[in-house]
Amino acid sequence: MKITPNTPAEEMTIAGNIYDAGNSLEFKTGDWRSVKPIYISEKCKQCGLCFPVCPDDAIPVNKDQKREDFNYDYCKGCGVCAKVCPFGAIEMK
Amino acid sequence: MSIRERLSGNEAAAIAMKQINPDVVAAFPITPSTEIPQYFSTFVSNGTVDTEFVAVESEHSAMSACIGAEAAGSRAMTATSANGLSLMWEMIYIASSLRLPIVMSLVNRAVSGPLNIHNDHSDAMGVRDAGWIMLFSENNQEAYDNLLMAHRIAEHKDVLLPLMVCQDGFITSHSIENIELVEDEKVKEFVGTYKPEHYLLNRKEPMAIGPLDVQPYLFEHKYQQANAMRNAKKVIEEVSKEFEKMTGRKYSFFEEYKLDDAEIAIVCMNSTAGTTKFVVDSLRAKGIKAGLLKVRMFRPFPAEEIANALSHLKAVAVLDKSDSLNGAGGALFEDVTSSMYVNKKQVPVVNYVYGIGGRDTTSYDIEGVYKDLMEIAKTGETGNPYRYFGVRREK
Repeated sequence: MKITPNTPAEEMTIAGNIYDAGNSLEFKTGDWRSVKPIYISEKCKQCGLCFPVCPDDAIPVNKDQKREDFNYDYCKGCGVCAKVCPFGAIEMK
Repeated sequence: MSIRERLSGNEAAAIAMKQINPDVVAAFPITPSTEIPQYFSTFVSNGTVDTEFVAVESEHSAMSACIGAEAAGSRAMTATSANGLSLMWEMIYIASSLRLPIVMSLVNRAVSGPLNIHNDHSDAMGVRDAGWIMLFSENNQEAYDNLLMAHRIAEHKDVLLPLMVCQDGFITSHSIENIELVEDEKVKEFVGTYKPEHYLLNRKEPMAIGPLDVQPYLFEHKYQQANAMRNAKKVIEEVSKEFEKMTGRKYSFFEEYKLDDAEIAIVCMNSTAGTTKFVVDSLRAKGIKAGLLKVRMFRPFPAEEIANALSHLKAVAVLDKSDSLNGAGGALFEDVTSSMYVNKKQVPVVNYVYGIGGRDTTSYDIEGVYKDLMEIAKTGETGNPYRYFGVRREK
């Protein structure tokens, strides 16, 4: 059952229980972000240092092992990726 | 045939737990409730019960273990007193807000400091807004009976709230009195097996408990809790009736002792009610129309019912075995007076804080209260309603 900010109390599960598994994808944490990482692809050497440090798995990697642009649905803007990038290919704005 | 025994309040609670045979008991010793898990652990060692006994390192862990066990889908119980309950504080709220019907024996004791291990109700009053059902017991029999009814109330689908059964430390917990026990088989049948609709160890339905509950949701979950507490009234009534059918022992939200035709009355909880009944009888023998209202169900609070039961009186005294230190009056006093105000019952009511830290409460003290009430009934003047008895003061 989908519970939204419009669901009346009578229809909500008790205690906020979630009777389902594997649903953290439905919780989009991107709106917690106050600063945003910007990916500058021209500077990126695809060294592979950024995506393993992302705590939110918000840097998608394609099947050619190359990183793509950020998934802002889940990026909380922590800036760890920008710190580890040796080439200045990620800027926090 | 029921079994006639003589037991202390702690023994009675431990025997009730033995008969209930819960899946998990997690507890940490603290005076005066220590004996409950102590006796119970011997039942575990002897194989009399099937319970997993968790000897935790603190009360915070005791309540946490009960929460984990109950969430997993098992029946969990514990016992504590005073500062043990204080250490559980955080988890007390988690238990009720996660809607886990854990059952606790609370053997009432003064919350330190300075250090005191004797009876008053400051521990229970500290958690009165924590969302637990709270039943108070005058003696060992009531402590036992309330525990036998506890799971049926707490686990009801319209309730799903934790429940604590209170009894007075030492006065009840360590005094041996006659008691009528229900046969093991009958208890087993009455309590029934716990079949939660949702639980963590159900492999057919994976679930998450206690997720982040931000601004759009927590208010609704608290509203649900409040509704569950309102629902508990009806369930307590039903279960008590069923219990009466089995044992012949009648339990209501409160006990009215010679209250019908009374002109003056005392409202109190736990063992003081026994002393008060003795005084009521002796006053009645002198032709004084004294009565008693003993609160059994403190949470949910039977506001309308209490207001109605007291409405015909000329003067009422509410006895609080805990001082709210708010400059206005004790917790029971505030609940009773606001109930009467809201239900438009105008009766002069005064409050007495008494028995703090195990100070003896004698029949003379109670007689003194009735004497004051007779004066108030005559004049209609309460004077300062926030009073004490039993405390030493300059004359």
